[in-house]
Amino acid sequence: MTATSARRFSAIVLGKLVRLAARAAGRGGTALPGLVAEKLAPDLLPFLAAQLPEGSVVVTGTNGKTTTARMIAHLLRPQGYTPLRNAEGSNLIRGLATTLVCRATLGGKVRAGPKALGIFEVDEATLPAAIASLSPKTVLVTNLFRDQLDRYGEVDRVRAIWGEALSHLSGEATLVLNADDPLVASLGRQSSCRILYYGVEDPAQGGSELPLMADVRTCLACGGNLSYSRCFYGHLGHYRCGVCGAGRPQPHVALLRGEGRDAQSQLLRLRLGRPGDLAGEETSLSLALPGLYNVYNALGAAAVGVTLGVPIPAIVGGLESFSAAFGRYERIPYRGRVLILILIKNPVGCTEVLRTIAQGERTLYLLLLLNDNTADGRDVSWIWDVDFSPLSGRQTRMVVSGRRAEDLALRLKYAELGDPTSGAGSPPVTVQGDLRTALETAVAATPLESVLYVLPTYTALLEVRGLLTALGAAAPFWEGA
Amino acid sequence: MVLPSKEHSLVLGYLYPQEMNLYGDQGNILCLQRRCQWRGIPLEVELLEPGNPLDPHRYDLLFLGGAQDKEQRAVARDLVEGKGPALRQAVEAGTVVLAVCGGYQLLGRYYRPAEGPELPGLGIFDVWTEHPGPKAPRCIGNVVVQWQGTTLVGFENHGGRTYLGPAAQPLGRVRVGKGNNGQDGTEGALYKNAHGTYLHGSLLPKNPHLADHLLRLALRRKYGEDTLPPLDDALEERAHQAALLRAQGRR
Repeated sequence: MTATSARRFSAIVLGKLVRLAARAAGRGGTALPGLVAEKLAPDLLPFLAAQLPEGSVVVTGTNGKTTTARMIAHLLRPQGYTPLRNAEGSNLIRGLATTLVCRATLGGKVRAGPKALGIFEVDEATLPAAIASLSPKTVLVTNLFRDQLDRYGEVDRVRAIWGEALSHLSGEATLVLNADDPLVASLGRQSSCRILYYGVEDPAQGGSELPLMADVRTCLACGGNLSYSRCFYGHLGHYRCGVCGAGRPQPHVALLRGEGRDAQSQLLRLRLGRPGDLAGEETSLSLALPGLYNVYNALGAAAVGVTLGVPIPAIVGGLESFSAAFGRYERIPYRGRVLILILIKNPVGCTEVLRTIAQGERTLYLLLLLNDNTADGRDVSWIWDVDFSPLSGRQTRMVVSGRRAEDLALRLKYAELGDPTSGAGSPPVTVQGDLRTALETAVAATPLESVLYVLPTYTALLEVRGLLTALGAAAPFWEGA
Repeated sequence: MVLPSKEHSLVLGYLYPQEMNLYGDQGNILCLQRRCQWRGIPLEVELLEPGNPLDPHRYDLLFLGGAQDKEQRAVARDLVEGKGPALRQAVEAGTVVLAVCGGYQLLGRYYRPAEGPELPGLGIFDVWTEHPGPKAPRCIGNVVVQWQGTTLVGFENHGGRTYLGPAAQPLGRVRVGKGNNGQDGTEGALYKNAHGTYLHGSLLPKNPHLADHLLRLALRRKYGEDTLPPLDDALEERAHQAALLRAQGRR
């Protein structure tokens, strides 16, 4: 055994032991094994990743990584692929390493089947390392919004990191980009790879005014002001620079028309084209997820499907049979009610979630949980950039919890929600710091067979799911597909 | 909670709402709007973009938020070449100003960013800000400031370190956090009725005493009297206390 292979052997053994120990202790073990293994053998990830018969797909962006990655895996399984996904929340290099260590023999061979394909969602700042380690065949970039400024710094900085990272992508790779996000679409201009764009063509999905809160309004190429003929969400829309004329590229994969059937599903008319065939083929499908943000996730997944040569009927079938999980519109029956867990992370995403669930006329039952741990973002100022107006005038019954419950309650007071004098007649917001009590209070306030929307930040989602698992209502998060 | 109007009203100028709205700072505007509305005092908010002239007599309050370095450069140009003299005049005349983070830096003498040329400021505060460079750690975290015998709570996130000149007065003294520069224990700056600070949060909602202080200063200047009917601030106090404990690591 050479020194290198001895190191790798030790790294794999140790990684597997750490994983066993973590699982024995009732924890996920989705990142520590990889961290430990990498310390012993820093080249382990590229070594293992190179053995994947079908290579890797990398998914990054601010919102939508998990849902899109899950959709891609779901589309590919019936085609005979074995998708390997890094587990929820483990989207740094150590998470990728863990995924492959668990599938490696002690001799360092990856055993995952003849059509094993890595589908790795990676943190925005991890893209450079991921490209270097994985040499992915496909990279999908969903969007770029302000998120956890205390961790990532400004949007400009992340965009610069991406530009640099993608310049190292092999010319054989395909870059799949959201045409509607000027920060993301502009990545295609500088790239020598094959590019596939996706976007929304249906003007009914948006309005004509860019929200005051939009994170981007200037052209990346020349600094001029972008003008929008349509705004879908955040700074996503149909845009053109008033100075240099650079505009939104034509999407190959596009939403032509969308109708929200109800607050739970929507009917989509899509065009599926590819580079060299913009006209493509039109098709319809029914997506069991509401919200424009899920349309973008579906478009991104469909675009990757097109890139990998998945036949159109299989793309349609895959998206139609896709169901939500792990805090992305995840339905969990509990004590005669239906809990729907929806992760909130940043102003644009949270505003979209509120807009989506506020469709309809019934009373809305909500449990909101705000934490400020590192993974949530320690600065809770972002809640003041969330637009709560979709909830105005609606009857609501709200419970707030989490480490910063009082901040959230204050935000709602200033949004004039849950205020006895605001006219909508809603009772005041209940502030309950203890998670278990907050859950029980919110559930008790929700009529049988009604929906209780649970909107947590990331670590609060882990806590809620952990609690529901302990109560027997949900499977542990690391067992999700 | 609407009380009879005494015919008092206020006008607030919100400077660079699109360029300088980093991280929840517009929550300060909402806070002032509601606290006036709940007292029956109309508060008109006007948006002031680059290129618009600033009428130094029109506003009772002026607000500037934070920005990314790129936006701060564009705004610095507009401030120095455009609105600057009018803003200085407004401050000398006692207009209430709240400037957070990037806005605060631009009201100082200059701001030297991590990369790129030095940006001249308006020199309203006798302070200057220097960014030690891209490798230097940022000042990030929960902050507690001693101000007028009470506390202010917020969250700071800045690379620039601000230093006070001989004529400068800080807004308050840091109890938790870095404040202006992590060395001299000062936070923010105060000149006449102009307040500069690094505190996000948003700042005013959890610090209702500061919000009302700004409103009283504006009312006193405009009408010679500053009675503000009290509001039920139980939730604000609770949030303030919770943030205080959090900052002190006791929660």
